[in-house]
Amino acid sequence: MRGEVIRRVRGGIAALVLVGLVVAPWVVDDYTTSILARTLALALVGVSVALLTGVAGMPTLGQTAPYAAGAYACAVVGSRVSDVGVVQLVVAAAAGALLAALTVPLVVHARGVIVLMITLAIGELVVIVLGRWRSVTGGTDGLAGIPAVRPFWGLPALASDQARYLYALAVVATLVGAVLVLLRTRAGLVLRAGRDDEMRLRASGHRVALHLSGAHIAAGAVAGAAGSLLVVAQQYISPADFGFDTSALLLLGVVIGGTASVGGALVGAALVIAVRDWLFGVLPGHAPLVLGALFVATVYLLPTGVNRARGRLRPPNAPAHQSDQPAAPDQTNVAELHR
Amino acid sequence: MTAVAAGTNRIDPYLIPALDGVAYGLLVFVAASGLVFCFGVANILNLAHGLLYAIGGYTAAALLDGGWASLALALAVGVLAAAAAGVLLAGLLTPVATGNHLSQALLTFGVALAGGSLLVAGFGPDNPQVQVPAALEGSVMVAGHRYAAYRLVFIVVAAVLAAALYLVVRRTRAGMLVRAAVDDPEMVACLGVSPARIRAGVLAAAGALAGAAGVLGAPIIGPGTGTADTVLLLSLVVVVLGGLGSMAGTLLAALAIGEIQTLGVALLPSAAPFLLFAAMAAVLAVRARGLAGRWRSA
Repeated sequence: MRGEVIRRVRGGIAALVLVGLVVAPWVVDDYTTSILARTLALALVGVSVALLTGVAGMPTLGQTAPYAAGAYACAVVGSRVSDVGVVQLVVAAAAGALLAALTVPLVVHARGVIVLMITLAIGELVVIVLGRWRSVTGGTDGLAGIPAVRPFWGLPALASDQARYLYALAVVATLVGAVLVLLRTRAGLVLRAGRDDEMRLRASGHRVALHLSGAHIAAGAVAGAAGSLLVVAQQYISPADFGFDTSALLLLGVVIGGTASVGGALVGAALVIAVRDWLFGVLPGHAPLVLGALFVATVYLLPTGVNRARGRLRPPNAPAHQSDQPAAPDQTNVAELHR
Repeated sequence: MTAVAAGTNRIDPYLIPALDGVAYGLLVFVAASGLVFCFGVANILNLAHGLLYAIGGYTAAALLDGGWASLALALAVGVLAAAAAGVLLAGLLTPVATGNHLSQALLTFGVALAGGSLLVAGFGPDNPQVQVPAALEGSVMVAGHRYAAYRLVFIVVAAVLAAALYLVVRRTRAGMLVRAAVDDPEMVACLGVSPARIRAGVLAAAGALAGAAGVLGAPIIGPGTGTADTVLLLSLVVVVLGGLGSMAGTLLAALAIGEIQTLGVALLPSAAPFLLFAAMAAVLAVRARGLAGRWRSA
């Protein structure tokens, strides 16, 4: 009964937010609209981070890598081959998935904080490659003057900020819906179960490494598609868009949103990015200082959920080292899978 | 003359980059060993590690004036300041010590962001010039090539530092605790050593190492706005390549990175951006399972 009420309230809030997002471009000015479009792209990357961090249990600081791959693939295709949005999206998602597939061997056997470290190294190396591979990426100057996208064959090009924003919104809504549906299938259940109790799942004959590889590639495809939206929103990209601070901001947003929740990741990532943009607008010189202090304060305020609760249950002198599992071994998913 | 030199030895043109690679690699080793301690002992991904190096680098830029005394002063101040920053970081981490690793990593990132901003506010946005002691400013002849004297001395000093580090970890009680904490943190806690003290000690040691690397390495990887990121990335790659099991692994990984960044660029300029990636992929592909097993237990 109570769960039903909560579900309805949640659905109502989600619908209200969606309506608000649809009418937003007619309420705010063009500049804010373009900023909103870029925030949508980053929120979609946040969803891919949540998919890996919360659902699959592989905390990542490197989703900027497939995001960048998608963005550059889209920019190159957009200025040399086709200005059709669907083509660009597919190419960008494929580029993101390909990069993710190439990096699968690096991450799939690691767990916990080690994934964090390896993915961070991957993300940073991708930024370095982008800065040096001048013939394709334009080096640190980036790629500019990418022509406006037309969503589908025969449709007009999206000339205004509003049109581009609505295009981004439609794509984000579609992809988030697809992710939510996918998570309700058996694949989502298997992923969550692997996060909660990998040994048990392994013992019952599931190939956890294979599931994780699939999740990694799918998250790469989502991040790559988000890269294409960034190109549509800005019509300009440079390695600075994919720096290590972006990964950290997105991870903070995902943690604020509750790690495993797709909706929470969208809201959290959008919130964190909005705060950053606002801070850099009002405090040009000291924005990083304030942002850093906010990071520390947020981490202190976060209820780290079950982990924190478990910490309290321990005697006060218990060792601080815990296992590397990001989530508590909550067995409901595993049990559901075995039913 | 040049024809004769080229004729006698085909390795000759690559001697200087190779030597540079050794200097670079040893610098990365000293900087990265701090991160290895942090990660292996305290199990913290310290994203502020590059900041600790940058503190040393800026100290060197501010204090060095060409004399030996200023080098000693800069080294002392840089090491102390970076170690103090490490202890401060450990203090900030105490409230989330029982939390998950995500929040710890995010907290260190916040510190890195704020600290980097403070350094820029204090020392200005430009990359400062670093003055090496006048006696080392010139160059010496190495196998018929001119080579910067400072780098040659740096190689010796860094090698001594690496040897000292090895002896400390292998032979002293503190080193024993560090190795024990990597192997079995719960057992060490049971033996009555407070995890909070280990964390503070490890972060202070990591700070001291990074600070020393920052001061001595300032003429090689100089202080600037991008320094912290560069050093953090290189240290991370060292940890990925070398693992946490042995210092020899860390040293080999650091030297390999040094050679890739110098000799590799000289040999294959067009492939240079991908070389670090390729090295990482190759190492992990060859021994992914073994490495991961070691890490998971760490």
